[in-house]
Amino acid sequence: MPSAETPVPSDPKIAIEDLSVSYGDAPALKSVNLPVYANEILGITGPSGSGKTTLLRMINRLNDRVPSCRHEGRILVDGQDIHAPEVDVNDLRRRIGVVFALPTPLPKTVFENVIFGLRIAGVRDHQLLEERAEQALRDAILWDEVKDRLGDSALRLSGGQQQRLCIARALAPHPEIVMLDEPCSGLDPISTLKIEQALQSLKERYTIVLVSHNVQQASRATDRTAFVLMGELVEWQPTAEMFTRPRDTRTADFLEGRFG
Amino acid sequence: MVASDGHTARLRLNPETTHRLAVVGLWACAGLALTVLAGIIVLVLAKGLPMLSPSFLLESPERMGRAGGIFPTIVGTVLLTLVALLMATPLGVGTAIYLTEYTQAGRLAKVIRFGVECLAGVPSIIFGLFGFIFFVIYLKMGWSVLSGGLTLAIMVLPTIIRTAEEAIRAVPASYREVSFATGATAWQTVTRVVLPVALPGIMTGVVLSIGRCVGETAAVIFTAGTALRLPLSVFSPTRTMAVHFYILAREGLSMPHAYGTAAVLIIVILMVNTIANMIMVRFRAKVT
Repeated sequence: MPSAETPVPSDPKIAIEDLSVSYGDAPALKSVNLPVYANEILGITGPSGSGKTTLLRMINRLNDRVPSCRHEGRILVDGQDIHAPEVDVNDLRRRIGVVFALPTPLPKTVFENVIFGLRIAGVRDHQLLEERAEQALRDAILWDEVKDRLGDSALRLSGGQQQRLCIARALAPHPEIVMLDEPCSGLDPISTLKIEQALQSLKERYTIVLVSHNVQQASRATDRTAFVLMGELVEWQPTAEMFTRPRDTRTADFLEGRFG
Repeated sequence: MVASDGHTARLRLNPETTHRLAVVGLWACAGLALTVLAGIIVLVLAKGLPMLSPSFLLESPERMGRAGGIFPTIVGTVLLTLVALLMATPLGVGTAIYLTEYTQAGRLAKVIRFGVECLAGVPSIIFGLFGFIFFVIYLKMGWSVLSGGLTLAIMVLPTIIRTAEEAIRAVPASYREVSFATGATAWQTVTRVVLPVALPGIMTGVVLSIGRCVGETAAVIFTAGTALRLPLSVFSPTRTMAVHFYILAREGLSMPHAYGTAAVLIIVILMVNTIANMIMVRFRAKVT
């Protein structure tokens, strides 16, 4: 039962319906049903190898590039089946920003990294590019650290800065959804804190999906949490309830650190 | 105590001794290899450098090359190499991009790769014969810069494809993921992410190919001819420096002129490599 302070809007931004995914003979997700609502931070947690990343990669169809990947069921974004033939996969991906587990700066300057998505979308207006770059870097709490180094190679930034740069890169094209896959897995507590702060202010403008096997992070940074175990969506609830009254004993065991 | 494996225990050397033996052995290998290479360069330069003068570089040969300079052969070499690389680089890099980014290890890619490997092992005189039959005779291009350049292009194509393919494969997969995840098409990913990173590696193959074109004799003697006139267009026949050297030495026309030509050849190759290195270092400093 959703609690009163987090009402369930009627139309989810993303609706995952009966989604099963397998790589060759290995199942990765088993009939998952999960809505993601606009302007919330949905946390997806669970032990390593439980299918969290697969779920993200299905939503922006990155798994199209994996030949052995098969799926059944549907994913709707704004009510539209993303695998429908009329959907342009590149349009879909432009609406969904992704931040990967390890910092993945491209071997370009800081500025070119931030505006990469805009360049891909064909934006040429330099003033617009600069505005968007500054805004995205401010949103990712990185502007003050790099504003004098925009022309430097992004590979010279620290790991925590690189990851915030990747967040800025995901934000600059103004996507509707931002998905982050373990964005803090290799980072120190201060960088982690900065990223979590950034997310809190971003949810007013974006729908955010945050994958984390870190239970504390899920409890701090998310509005709603889904718990995935061995390809199965065990339960999903408002985060506060999930952590105080999990419905499933497996959820309770995971949250209390008995495995994973 | 007798070791249970007494036989191998007796053969085993003290690790410190093994290490010293390895250092000496490897040092000897490297020393010998470098001595041979340096020896060749020193010999050619010692015999050839005294010939070098502005007139040797800028004048036409006289009396079949016994006197005068080598200017037309320098121009011929540059033109042939230019034609060859202008043809082979786009074709080779395009093939490499197709094989790495647009096919998923399919049968066609395997067939192409096998063909490329076979082509790489064919001696250059076979390319010369093919070029002679196909370009010179069948397509009626005659002995010309174009016939020779196209023949050289076919000859270096496997090198360019292989080095470009390896350079492109070495680009981290995460860069492609980022690009695709951002909504880039395969072409945008190739041009904006993959090629800039792979460029130094691709350039290595191109530079190797320049060296092979500049130094090639067998493939061009049948296709570009041995004319000593200054080539005025791609349809003119020409003689390269390497062919000039070969003819001067084989027909005993003038050993000093032959060595002078060889010295210029070596200096040109050294210059090409140095310039290419400088460009690559600049480029790397820019992107990393």
